[in-house]
Amino acid sequence: MNCELCRTNLDAYVDEGLSPEELGAIYEHLRTCRTCAAEALAHLQMKRETRAAANARFTPSAAFRLRVEKAIQPERKPLWKIGALPVWMHGVGVAALAFLLIAVSATVSARHAANDQAIAELLDMHVATMASANPVDVVSTDRHTVKPWFQGKLPFAFNLPELKDSAYKLLGGKVIYFNHSPGAQLLFELRKHQLSVFIVQERPGWHPFRPASAAVSEKGFSVESWTESGLRYVVISDTSPTDVHGLSELLRAAASQ
Amino acid sequence: MPHFAKLYNFACWLTQDRVAAEDLVQETYTKALKGFSSFQQGTNFRAWIYRILRNTFLTTEAGLRATVSLDSDDAVPEPTTTETPASVLFARFEQTAIQKALEELPVNYREMILLCDVEEMSYQEVAQALGIPIGTVMSRLSRARKAMRVLLMAGTEGVAR
Ligand SMILES: [Zn+2]
Repeated sequence: MNCELCRTNLDAYVDEGLSPEELGAIYEHLRTCRTCAAEALAHLQMKRETRAAANARFTPSAAFRLRVEKAIQPERKPLWKIGALPVWMHGVGVAALAFLLIAVSATVSARHAANDQAIAELLDMHVATMASANPVDVVSTDRHTVKPWFQGKLPFAFNLPELKDSAYKLLGGKVIYFNHSPGAQLLFELRKHQLSVFIVQERPGWHPFRPASAAVSEKGFSVESWTESGLRYVVISDTSPTDVHGLSELLRAAASQ
Repeated sequence: MPHFAKLYNFACWLTQDRVAAEDLVQETYTKALKGFSSFQQGTNFRAWIYRILRNTFLTTEAGLRATVSLDSDDAVPEPTTTETPASVLFARFEQTAIQKALEELPVNYREMILLCDVEEMSYQEVAQALGIPIGTVMSRLSRARKAMRVLLMAGTEGVAR
């Protein structure tokens, strides 16, 4: 393969649209041609950055979602009555049902999306904290300073773990507003990585988070979340899920003291 | 509703207007429900519903204005550069610079970038969503990406290293 052909194939290369033979040929060329390799990398980077900048740039409001749901809701006929519809309507009924089936599976993903949205909001707060010159309002590595600072500022109390024998370090905390309620954001550090711990009150009937507590990756961040005595904990960091899990375990142990 | 948030995001990028995007998405779902019998099971649902949205957009006022450039690849001058200049290689662009460039792209390029890069559709899916041959998808995408790079270079104040 020559450079010219390689350049023609770069788009298909980043879009995974090449056949195995074409892919083999382009790999071969990229291994030996630094100019094209740099170009390929730029293409890959561009695609990734575009996705990061444009995906979910605009999110629909809950009110709008509800409006559309209402608009497309066919009169809910019980399944057994479909057979009783006039023959000419059978087609309509079946189509509406099939659409609803897709819509049902989408409701599951909408719940998933609500979770994503809640996580995304906290993720944003975490990233904003990273970027802030004054990331916390109470600056202290001492839990006996940080914990009382929140007293009177929050409608709940929480325990902080003893970190003396661990690699984690407390940096401080601040009051946040999440879903119209005050909550706590605590900032920890581990090997130059920062971890945010969000603590908010659970509300009856409001379940924006997946019940699972295992640390999972979301957009390059690790997230772990659980509830304990009416409080929702969410730990977010750009460290590994293992590191996030480690801090989560310490917090859970402290909470049950 | 399947693909709701994604379709809304796509509609906002197309219309550049939140209200128009809401109308567009609502009409898309209404049409999808009505026309669901025409959807063939086993074929690509995502491409199908994006196609409805995009065709609906074309009938709106903003869509009609954009139509001029939509299905003609001649309407937009071919970017002259084929090489990516060294200044763009490894440059990290601010998200806002990328968003601005995307907004400035002609609609037929913008939708191409959105479907390929943001929705990560395969060429086959994009071809179905836009109702054009795969060969056209590839050539238009290539032009769209070049145009995007040219726009990003023009706004070099957005380049951060
Ligand atoms: Zn080469």
